[in-house]
This record gives sequence, C-alpha cells and structure tokens, in this order.
Amino acid sequence: MTAQVSTQIYEGGFSDPVFGSQTVFRAVMDAMANPGRVIDLGQLTQAPAPLEPAAGAVLAALADYDTPLCFEAQNNADAAAWLTFHTGAPVTADRANAAFAVLVSRSAVGTWSDFAIGTSSFPDRSTTLLLPVEDLRSGKRLTLNGPGIEHAADIAPAGLPEGFASAMGENAKLFPLGFDLLLVCGSELIALPRTTRIMEN
Amino acid sequence: MTGTDALPAYNFAYLDEQTKRMIRRAILKAIAIPGYQVPFASREMPMPYGWGTGGVQVTASVLGPDDVLKVIDQGADDTTNAVSIRAFFAKVADVATTTKTTEATIIQTRHRIPETPLEAGQILVYQVPIPEPLRFLEPRETETRVMHGLEEYGLMHVKLYEDIAQHGHIATTYAYPVKVEDRYVMDPSPVPKFDNPKMHCSPALQLFGAGREKRIYALPPFTDVVSLDFEDHPFAIQRFEAHCALCDARNVYLDEVVTDDRGGRMFVCSDTDHCETRRTEGHRGTGLPQTEGGETASTSREAAE
Repeated sequence: MTAQVSTQIYEGGFSDPVFGSQTVFRAVMDAMANPGRVIDLGQLTQAPAPLEPAAGAVLAALADYDTPLCFEAQNNADAAAWLTFHTGAPVTADRANAAFAVLVSRSAVGTWSDFAIGTSSFPDRSTTLLLPVEDLRSGKRLTLNGPGIEHAADIAPAGLPEGFASAMGENAKLFPLGFDLLLVCGSELIALPRTTRIMEN
Repeated sequence: MTGTDALPAYNFAYLDEQTKRMIRRAILKAIAIPGYQVPFASREMPMPYGWGTGGVQVTASVLGPDDVLKVIDQGADDTTNAVSIRAFFAKVADVATTTKTTEATIIQTRHRIPETPLEAGQILVYQVPIPEPLRFLEPRETETRVMHGLEEYGLMHVKLYEDIAQHGHIATTYAYPVKVEDRYVMDPSPVPKFDNPKMHCSPALQLFGAGREKRIYALPPFTDVVSLDFEDHPFAIQRFEAHCALCDARNVYLDEVVTDDRGGRMFVCSDTDHCETRRTEGHRGTGLPQTEGGETASTSREAAE
C-alpha cells in the first residue's frame, strides 16, 4: 500500500454486517446450489474499483482472517486495503494458499493450475475463483449440466478467457478435486462449482 | 446493558459472525463436493451434543429474518427436541415458525424427510450423529479419509453382504448408505431407508450438520443419490400392512403406538403435519371413533388432536 491511502477504503462496507452478509451468503448459496442461475447480490457494499461489486460483496460476506485473498492484477491496492479493513483477510501472492482469488478479465486459463485444488483427503481446501466478465447474458451460449441442474441450463457470458470451456472441462475431470468459480459482472454472478459440466454449442 | 435489561444480548441466531462465516464457507464447499464431509470448527451450543447441535449451527448460519422455520423430530413437530429447537430460534432469531411443510423455507429435521414432497427453494437441514458411513467398519478417521479419497468402498459392500449371509436380506433399516453422484458413499443420517428415495434428485437443497463430529455435508438439488445394493438383492424400502389409524394414509412411514397394557396398539403417521393435513381434508382412520355426520366427526377430530 502506498503512503497515499484513499479514504475510500473505510467506506462501503455492509451498513448492517449481520443481515447484509446473511443476504449475500444466501444468494451465493443459491447460486452454488443452482449452477448457471444468474443471481443478483444487490448493492449492499460499495467496493473500490476495479473490484466488481458482486466480487466485493462475496468477499465482504465470506472472507476473514482465515481466508488469504489473492489478486491477479497489480492495480487492486485499494480493493485489497478495503477488504483487509472490512474483513481482516490477509492478502497473499501465493496462489496455492489462497482461499479466494480475484482474477482479471480474460485471465489466462493456463495459469489457473497454480491455485489450490485440494487434496484427495481434503478436496475442500481449494481456491474459489472470482472471474469478472463483460456481461452474463449476451455472449456465446454454453450448456451446463451436473448436480443442482434438473436437466440442462444455458448460460451466455460475454468476455470469457480464451480456452475457458476446455479449462473448466479439465477442472471437472479432477473431481472431487478442483477449484470452484464465480463469474461476476456488476452486482450479479453465476456460480460454476467443480461438478458442473460445460458444453459448447 | 441497563439494569432492567439483565439478560445478555446475543447476536442474531445466537452464533457470532466469524463462526457463521466459517460455517457458511464450509457449506459452500460441501455443495461444490456433494457427499463429501467438510470439517468445520463446531461450537459449544446451549444444548448437549447429540441434541442436534450440528443441525442447529447450520440452520443458524443460513437463517435470515424472512425465513419460516419448521423443526421435526422423527417426523413430529410436537416432540421435545423439535419444540425446544423451534423455541430456541424463535427466541434468538425472532423468525417465524410453522409446522406446515409447505409453508417452511427451512426445515430442520431429526431423522425423517417430510412425506409432502419438498419444493425448489426449500432447505432441509439434517441433524447427524455419526456422519462417517465407514466409521463402524473402520474406526480411524485417517483411514476413512484415505478410503473416501481412493473411493475404496469394498468394506461397505462386504457389510451389506454379511447382512444377506446372516439374515437372507439387507437388514440395514436406517442410516442406509447411499452413493452420491457415483462418487462419495454418504450416511444419509439415521433416516429410515423408507426416506432414501426422497433424497434422489430432490428439488430442495439438503444440508447435513454433525456437531459433535464436526462435519458438514450437502446434496445440491437434482443430485443423484443411489442406495447401495446388489443386482440380486436390490434396495427396497419398508412396506407397511397397516394404514394410519388416524388419517388412513397408505404408503407413508408409520409409528407403532402402544395404547394400553393389554397388547393394544395402533399405527399412526410419523409425519404429524402430513397426518393433520389429511385429517382436516376429511380422511379418517380406523383409530378414530367411527361416527357419521359433521358435528360428531369434528368433535372426534378435536379429541384425536
């Protein structure tokens, strides 16, 4: 952090931490239990740019001193300071040790293998990735199936990284290991847990 | 705290926020890995382990002020465990409570799944005593973890086979092991095997909390849940000859109730809400006084309740 700390980092947390974090958690749980469903987290937090509002809300609700955060981009000093102030979460550059990782838009999928995928005895010790996209509805159609989806679900996020579907396919093959991913855009998100299988149409 | 306000104030839903966050993260990982038992730092609750502390902690972590909570104990809304947990949340979270399955958003259960099919958006929270299905076959946690990691479930099939060798059929009637999404063998908590088929592809989210054993696991909606069996000994649920003596229901799970000291007994629905709903709809079992006519029928219905 530079000497010039923006006062912005002290603002924008939950105005009511108990019910705000409960609301966001239930929305994220709904998203994880229903992969592919677009879930709006509302405007309960105001995270500093370039952190997407939905990513800010998820981390404000779920991060704390037990969950090291990793930022892929270098321009997240304000966001990192904001999260450290509001949640106490440490920021780490060690990808294998990160509980949550905030990726850059169109992040290189080849580098995702650095993140924790858990161990065969503890597959839960894996990173949850937050990937910003340009839009959640106007892109190329992808069809999902897996637990949480009755038959099939369609999503159409725009601005996905090159090779996204095949990277997610490789991740799904690792099951029960693997990372879990949240696509974030504005105040909305789509959850893609490791169990979700993605087919390009 | 003022002098008149002598009771200490608790956080919403009793647990502190850091505990809730820790449990919430465990729930999300449990949903991402269906059937896998996520370790969590279970807290002391104001009730003994074995009284549903795991389910209570899960419920406390997901509960919001707009939820409607139902709590059942062996299917019944009016038994000690159900009444005290419902009163606990009414007090520490000020949430609305109900006994109607269809009105509830969160149903905490000890050992039954309601007869009324659950709907999308509902959350079923199980109280689990022993989450590890392999525990009585292999007591060491380090070993059972490796067995789950390697998908080494031969021992469980040997156990079911020994049932057949000794009894001629699979004699396991509750906590009947299931395989989730063709990967993890899971203990469905001690629900009767009658309820196992209801877990398969349920539209509701199912969360399991074991407080003493410090494990949380989950079944997302529409998840494959298959009861273990053999080709020549397929899984079968319990069948009851009797109908419910109060509401005449068939194909439901029945409790045997001793009515006197001369061998008198009757079978009644274990799911009290299901039974009451059927009786208000006019279904009458043989255990109720057999009278015709509206006035006497309603009187006897009150007496039965």
